Amino acid sequence: MSVTKDDVRKVARLSRIAVSEQHVEELVGELNGILSWIDQLNEVDIEGVEPMTSVVETDLPMRDDVVTDGNIRDQVLANAPRSEDGFFVVPKAVE
Amino acid sequence: MTELTKLTLAAALDGLKAKEFSSREITQQFVDAIEGARTLNAYVVETPEKALAMADASDVKLAKGEGGKLEGAPLGIKDLYCTKGVRTTACSNILGEFTPTYESTVTQNLWDEGAVMLGKLNMDEFAMGSSNETSRFGNVINPWRRKGDNQGLTPGGSSGGSAASVAADLCLAATASDTGGSIRQPAAFTGTVGIKPTYGRASRYGMVAFASSLDQAGPIAKTVEDSAILLEAMCSHDLKDSTSLNVETPDWRNDVGRGVEGMRIGIPKEYRMEGMSEEIDKLWEQGIEWLKTAGAEIVDISLPHTKYALPAYYIVAPAEASSNLARYDGMRYGARVAGENLTATYEGTRAGGFGAEVQRRLMIGTYVLSSGYYDAYYLRAQKVRTKILNDFVEAFESCDAVLTPTCPSPAFAFGEKSGDPVEMYLNDVFTVTANLAGLPGISVPAGLSSGGLPLGLQVIGKALDETACFRVGGELERAAGFVAKADKWW
Repeated sequence: MSVTKDDVRKVARLSRIAVSEQHVEELVGELNGILSWIDQLNEVDIEGVEPMTSVVETDLPMRDDVVTDGNIRDQVLANAPRSEDGFFVVPKAVE
Repeated sequence: MTELTKLTLAAALDGLKAKEFSSREITQQFVDAIEGARTLNAYVVETPEKALAMADASDVKLAKGEGGKLEGAPLGIKDLYCTKGVRTTACSNILGEFTPTYESTVTQNLWDEGAVMLGKLNMDEFAMGSSNETSRFGNVINPWRRKGDNQGLTPGGSSGGSAASVAADLCLAATASDTGGSIRQPAAFTGTVGIKPTYGRASRYGMVAFASSLDQAGPIAKTVEDSAILLEAMCSHDLKDSTSLNVETPDWRNDVGRGVEGMRIGIPKEYRMEGMSEEIDKLWEQGIEWLKTAGAEIVDISLPHTKYALPAYYIVAPAEASSNLARYDGMRYGARVAGENLTATYEGTRAGGFGAEVQRRLMIGTYVLSSGYYDAYYLRAQKVRTKILNDFVEAFESCDAVLTPTCPSPAFAFGEKSGDPVEMYLNDVFTVTANLAGLPGISVPAGLSSGGLPLGLQVIGKALDETACFRVGGELERAAGFVAKADKWW
């Protein structure tokens, strides 16, 4: 499978990465180089094979549904690009 | 004055315990050595004051004959581990000046055992790279150079800072992490020892995530014994990581000297790759001879899906990265690049914050997970992983450990492989299978190339059988008698 300029624009949008038109062209080449190399996986017969989950058989652990931490508002906000009055300040999300 | 920085971790711990020197003395020597080695760019944050304070606290304990297994030992920490109050960015611009308010489990385990933190070590951005050329803080320079040549070489990656700092005596040992070979390849490039344990041995809590089903913590150290000491301290069962295994951590240090008498060592024919340099092949043959002489039985094995490991990795790792790195949106932490609306802010933040290689992988990951492609790519790759694991399971019916070269070449120069992403990826051809299959793998320096650069051999063990890695690794180390160090030019 190979990607087109439109595919790259779509993938960039889904990845939320701004890409210039000039860069789109370069990325088409780079991504196609990688994807055509990856395509050799189609040679492998995977009929009836289960996808791998873990090397050591384990059940996902369960724990009691209780609060284990909290009351650390200032720690949560400590690295915020912008915060005010104990809240994150973000761009307007609803018009 | 004795150069305490040249000691192995084991010897330093003995010296500290016997009060031959204090933790402050050895820590001060490392602080000075780090200051004098900034050309190597191994550290991205130096924490001399914190280090000396921790050293003093250790000295109080040591004076009373108390303390943990690493009491007073100065270590370097890869910038991938969250360290409370010390900037942690995985060497990416998108994390800005992120300063964690919590500690990773692995580093907490080390501090609980009395270790001293010298600072944070350089790495490829988000651990994506095999040459340490993608860090926001610039390249790490390998302390090693080719004979009669001053050209700068890469230390490998992604744990390039960890490997370079250990090789240049800028810490007794370092933490590192391995997603596709990021511990073992830089160890091989710098004449140091690196081990990636079985997936789930060490907690991933507080490690900046790259590809969650592959990421695993491990040490880079000067000797096999040192790597065993540090790995023991790093591993633990942790309720904060649901993939952390509830298993005992064995006494690996004791395994190092046990020898390989009666062990069956598998030699996979598929690792004899076309275009592999003759000296790598010769070193491998030499390794086989050493183990035979030491009483091991050599068994030919086949791992038929080896050639599919890297392509499978370059689906699984980018896919998981695209999901993990979705959190970097510039809202709650890290750097924000404001745009005219919310989407523009996201897109600008991520375009400005992520480097070229990370962007490339995120787009590959997004593509292979996008609607209509999941089965063709991610699901297929996860099934190929099962085939790769089954290859090993079958091979381990006739052998106890697998011996391979660590890398197809010695350390290369800056820019030599950065033009073509696929060529760079091929560096991990021998290491990546252990990540996909979740198995433990160690790299041990075993000789020098014709250009005078270190070369490594790798030992892959069964799941949870790090013991085999340490036994075989210890034997290779003894037989090779590798003592070469980089000439100090920095």
